[in-house]
Amino acid sequence: MSDEEKPEAPDLVKPDGARPEAIKAVPVRHPGRWIAVAVLAVLAAMFVHMLVTNKQFQWSFIIDNAFRPNVIEGVRTTVLLTVLSMIIGVLLGIVLAVMRLSGNPILSGVAWVYTWFFRAVPRLVLAVMFGNMGILYAKYHVGGVPFAGQLGDALGVDMDATLFTVDANTILTGFMAGLLALALSEGAYMAEIVRAGMLSVDPGQNEAAGALGMSRMLAMRRIVLPQAMRVIVPPTGNETIAMLKDTALVAFVPVNNELFFQLKAVGDKSFNVFPMLVAACMWYLLLSSFLLVAQYYLERYFARGSGIPENRRAGLRALGFGSGGGGA
Amino acid sequence: MSGPDGAEGLMVKAEAVHKHFGRLEVLKGIDLEVAPGEVMCVLGPSGSGKSTFLRCVNHLEKIDAGRLWVNGHLMGYRQKGDRLYELRDREVSEQRREIGMVFQRFNLFPHMTAMENVCEAPVHVRRRSKAEARERGAALLERVGLSDKTDSYPSQLSGGQQQRVAIARALAMEPKLMLFDEPTSALDPELVGEVLEVMKQLALDGMTMIVVTHEIGFAREVGDTLVFLDGGVVVEKGTPEEVISNPRNRRTQDFLSRVL
Repeated sequence: MSDEEKPEAPDLVKPDGARPEAIKAVPVRHPGRWIAVAVLAVLAAMFVHMLVTNKQFQWSFIIDNAFRPNVIEGVRTTVLLTVLSMIIGVLLGIVLAVMRLSGNPILSGVAWVYTWFFRAVPRLVLAVMFGNMGILYAKYHVGGVPFAGQLGDALGVDMDATLFTVDANTILTGFMAGLLALALSEGAYMAEIVRAGMLSVDPGQNEAAGALGMSRMLAMRRIVLPQAMRVIVPPTGNETIAMLKDTALVAFVPVNNELFFQLKAVGDKSFNVFPMLVAACMWYLLLSSFLLVAQYYLERYFARGSGIPENRRAGLRALGFGSGGGGA
Repeated sequence: MSGPDGAEGLMVKAEAVHKHFGRLEVLKGIDLEVAPGEVMCVLGPSGSGKSTFLRCVNHLEKIDAGRLWVNGHLMGYRQKGDRLYELRDREVSEQRREIGMVFQRFNLFPHMTAMENVCEAPVHVRRRSKAEARERGAALLERVGLSDKTDSYPSQLSGGQQQRVAIARALAMEPKLMLFDEPTSALDPELVGEVLEVMKQLALDGMTMIVVTHEIGFAREVGDTLVFLDGGVVVEKGTPEEVISNPRNRRTQDFLSRVL
C-alpha cells in the first residue's frame, strides 16, 4: 500500500529519479475454487431441476394459498409476538443482568434463580403451562393484603381485602399466555447476553464515570450499556431470529391465528401438506431476512467510535466480496 | 461539615491512612497535607502505593484505617460522635464532583466524541443545559489545544490528544482538586511534552494538584512539594530541590540514581 515510503533498491530507480513502475505479477491461481464452483453449480442445477419438475411442489397452489387472508393474519400474529416478546425479553434481560451484577446479594440471588428456572424449562412446556393457568386459578383476586383469608381466620375477623376480581380467561387469552411464555423465557437468555456484554466493558470506564461524580445507575445507563451493546446486539439478532421461529410453539397454548398453524391448516384441509410446508419455509426466510437488515444497521450504530465498520468490510473482503482475490 | 483537627484551610489532609488488599498491606500510615493551590508530585517505585493513595483520595478505594479529608469533607464517611457512617452511593458521587481525576490509560468514553466526553458530566450530573455545556466544552478543548478535534472519537486521536481530552473532561466539572495518576506513562515519548505542558499551565492557573509521576523534570519545574513513597509509607518529603538534589533517605537516593 504505502510503497512510496519504503526504501527502494537503487537499481530499480529510474535515471530520472521517478518511482519504479508498479509490480505486475501473475496472481496466485486458485484451481480449488474453480472446481468447487463447478461442483456447486451442478448441485444447484439439480436442485432447481427438482423444484421445477417434481409435480408434488405444486407451485401454483403455493402461490394461490400462501397469501390467503388468514395466512396474512398469521404473519401479523407471528411478527407481533416476535416483536413484543423480544422487547419484553430485552428489557427484562437488562433488569436481570443489572440485578445479577449488583452488590446486593438478594437481588443477585433472585436474578440467578429466575435465570436458572426459565433456562431449564423448555419453551414448549412453558407455552402449554401458561395456556393452562386457568386450572390453577379460575379467577384472580387482586387485593391489598397477602394471605388475607388466612389472616382473617386467625384473627377471627372477616377480612376481605379483595379490590377487584377478574376472570382468568379475560387476562390470560391465548395470545397473552403465549406472549408471556416466550417473553419470560427470553428474558432469562437475554439476561446472560446482557451480563456478558456488561462484563466486556473495561472497568476503567466505570471508574472514570465514578470519578466524574456519576452515580452507579447513571454510569450504567450512559457509559456501560451503550458500550456493552456492541457485544449484545449480534447474539440478540440470533435470539430474535430464533424467536421468530419459536412463535410456532404458541400453537400448543393454543393460539390458532399464528403463521405456521394457518399454513399447515390449509395444507391439512386440502391434502396438500408439503406445498404449504414449503410456503412456511419461504415466509420464515423472508421475515428473517428483514431482521438481518435491521441487525446490520443496529450494529453499525453501536459500533460508532470503535472503528469496527472498517474491520467488517475487511471481513467481507476476506469472504470474497468486493475487490478481493489475487488482484489489487 | 468541615472536618476537625485543623483540616480547615487545607485541600487535602490524610491522617494515618491505611489500605490493604487481602493480606497485602499497600498503605501503612500515610500522613500528608496539601494546601489550596499547591502542586504535590508523588514519586516512588512501582508497588509503592502511590496510585492506591491517589485512588483513596477520591474514594475509588475505601481506606481501612485513618482519616482522609478533601476540602474539609471526610471522604466516604459521616462522623457522628465516635461513630462513622458509610456514605451512600449518591453522597460519595457528590463528594467526587469536587475532584477531577486523570488516569494513566485515559479512560475516555470511546462511544462519544471529544466534545461529548467533555459535556457528559456537566449535562447529566450538574444538569447544565446542552448549549451551555458545549460552549464551556469548546473553551476547555481550546485550552488544551484541541479545538479542531471536537468531533473526533477517541480512537481517532493520538495518546497525547486523548489524555488532553481527558484533562478537559475532568476540568469541565470545575473541580477544586485534580488528581493525576501517571498521566504520561502510557504515552509515546514524543507525546509526553504536550500533556505536561497542559498540566503546567493548569498549575500556573492556581489549580491544586496531586501528580503521581515518573517525570522528575516536571516535578522539579512545576511541583511545590515532592513526596517520595516506598513500601506504603512516606519516606521523604520536601521541596523538589531538596529531595532531588539532596535526598537524605537511602531508598530515595537509590531510586533517583536509577531514574535520573
